[in-house]
Amino acid sequence: MGLRWVKEKVRRSMGIATVKRITVQLLTLGALLSAVQPSYAIPAFARKYNLRCSDCHEAWPKLNNFGQTFKDQGYQLMTGRDAPIYQQTSYFPIMFRSIPFWHRESDNRVATDLVPGNPGSGQVESRVTTSGFDISGLDIWTAGTLYKNISFAVQPALDSSGKAHLLTYYVRFDNLLGSRWLNLKVGKFELDTLISEERELFLTNTGGFYQNYHFTPPGDRTSFGLGDHQLGAELLGHSINDYTRYSISVLNSNDGQVGATASTYDVYGHFDQGFELPKMGLQRIGVYGYVGQRPTFFQTSGGAPIAGTGMGNRSFSRTGLYGLWYLGKFDFTTFYLHGQDNVFLGNGVRADQPFNLPPGAAGPTWNGGFVEAHYTYNPQLILLSKFETVQMSRQANPATRKNLGDVRVWTVGYRWYPIMSSRAGLAWHQEYARAVTVGTAPLTGRDDVTSSFLMGFDFDF
Amino acid sequence: MMNGSRIALVLLMSCGIPSFSQESAIGNLTGHAKSGKALYRRYCITCHGAHGDGAGENAPHLDPKPRDFTRSTFKCRSTPSGTLPTDSDLYDTISRGVYNSGMPPWRPLTRQDRADLVAYIKTFSPRFHEEPPGTPLLIPPEPPASPESVQRGAELFQNMNCWSCHGKEGRGNGPSALTLTDSKGYPIVPFDLTSGMHFKCGDSSRGAFRDLITGLDGTPMPSFTDALKPEQVWDLVHFIESLQSAGTREASQAKAEPNVK
Repeated sequence: MGLRWVKEKVRRSMGIATVKRITVQLLTLGALLSAVQPSYAIPAFARKYNLRCSDCHEAWPKLNNFGQTFKDQGYQLMTGRDAPIYQQTSYFPIMFRSIPFWHRESDNRVATDLVPGNPGSGQVESRVTTSGFDISGLDIWTAGTLYKNISFAVQPALDSSGKAHLLTYYVRFDNLLGSRWLNLKVGKFELDTLISEERELFLTNTGGFYQNYHFTPPGDRTSFGLGDHQLGAELLGHSINDYTRYSISVLNSNDGQVGATASTYDVYGHFDQGFELPKMGLQRIGVYGYVGQRPTFFQTSGGAPIAGTGMGNRSFSRTGLYGLWYLGKFDFTTFYLHGQDNVFLGNGVRADQPFNLPPGAAGPTWNGGFVEAHYTYNPQLILLSKFETVQMSRQANPATRKNLGDVRVWTVGYRWYPIMSSRAGLAWHQEYARAVTVGTAPLTGRDDVTSSFLMGFDFDF
Repeated sequence: MMNGSRIALVLLMSCGIPSFSQESAIGNLTGHAKSGKALYRRYCITCHGAHGDGAGENAPHLDPKPRDFTRSTFKCRSTPSGTLPTDSDLYDTISRGVYNSGMPPWRPLTRQDRADLVAYIKTFSPRFHEEPPGTPLLIPPEPPASPESVQRGAELFQNMNCWSCHGKEGRGNGPSALTLTDSKGYPIVPFDLTSGMHFKCGDSSRGAFRDLITGLDGTPMPSFTDALKPEQVWDLVHFIESLQSAGTREASQAKAEPNVK
């Protein structure tokens, strides 16, 4: 989805207390997240293998286990015809996705000039509501096999203003030593998870992303998002039916920022296990953990930071577990995250200037999670709902209100797929989302309530 | 004289509407056609068609063509040629896929899902209501592969005219290769025996033995269960395996899928 959306999402998810902090953090994160939120549903594969969207997706873009297996096998079905030499010479693995839509956005705590056009007239908090037609930008995906057991993905995308971003770019060596347990990916990619933000079914500014994946406490300078594409190498393995999976990644400590090397590396690990329950089908549980470092200051040249020279690195972590639960036509996703940042990161203070820490400063910690429920009436109609929350358990500055930045989001919607073939897909999407961010009203410090409504056509080909 | 339920069944079949009375039994699993229908419509319909006749929207683009379930003719069986496969045979085919075709392995589906699919697939042909599956043919233990066994297999390959389809060197380019069609009249290519041990119905020696004694119904590949003794079939299997080492093993290994058993 569009860049503007992403920025708004980041802004709302951070729960910051001051406008200055918002600005500083957004300048940093905006650069790192200058990305169109991509969404994966790849008719290029459907065309290659003559499969329909519903073969690989519970409801595209969300994968089912067959689709996940296909992905984990390096975009191969293992039918003996996976290498590109078996395709017609005219075949090219590319797909496009875009969403024209109408939406309404509302925020009840926007600092507005008392007299429009006169910034000197003072400011009040007002509800601002906007609506109109819009477009999501354009996702472009090309991915597949270069050779048997060598796969790739390249994903340039255009935001709604037409600016291009390179979101995914990797080559992957599959089934090393003839083993499904050894697959090596190098490049820029989404962290391995079965709750992929890229494949989320929600689209609105408010509900169309996972707050937990991007949350940063008030005043924190840690530039990181679990949902952000990272630069590095990933080793992944899986069982034949994908019921057992693991991955370990070594990643640049710069949140996937291209063209700016980092002085340290982060590590991400993930493990999940599927199991069958009688009459309920495949269930799955998973654990994950990300441990990284971020600089608190840089070497400078003329006062300007030199990229890749981060100093005074301090650590942070994101750990948690999740479950995918299926009960007939219902399925539930449960997710838990515990976040923890170093005290210097949490207070935005250089590590070589501890005297600047506020009295009683501590590393911020928080807990978050969500429950997402789907009802798949049939492969062409799915009802959606989600409740997500993030709650601070310890602020970096003890003088800060204890629940500042806490977030609660409710989202409901549905998707109807009138066209679902092995060549293209079209979905009609309607969604409403409402978010409450505690204490972030810019003038009064009251709770900020935003809401989004969206309806549009989501299509890919 | 037909009883009421039989008449109803015939009426249902004549209307092209599958009956949901069918079940499958795979080990301790019982598959149900009603559940299988939803799965079929999600995963199978685009190739095999809504009526199971192999005329899905993708069928024109596929080679080989999707299986026509209404004919109840299946390549991969443990049962004699001309008989119905067991439920486990169908289950194994769904799980394993059919190598070098558009049919992928469906192991990522749960075992119950696959059992349900078997039950639903059986509803497309009245034969599954009217007759039991064939009795699985026994596969005797494999004797050690020896040069003598390979030599005997080579002679059988010549004498049984295997070469006329599969070619003198087993490359699937025999003099009859270009004239072959399947039971629906579509051109069909003999298997290239040098390309690896990924046979349609399994990639083991036992799989090769089974293909030889059951034949691949719906294709020109006949059953040799009456023509050959079991030890002769093993000789033939050993000869086929030897084709992998006759200068082509390296290439075939490079092309072969990793062992997915």
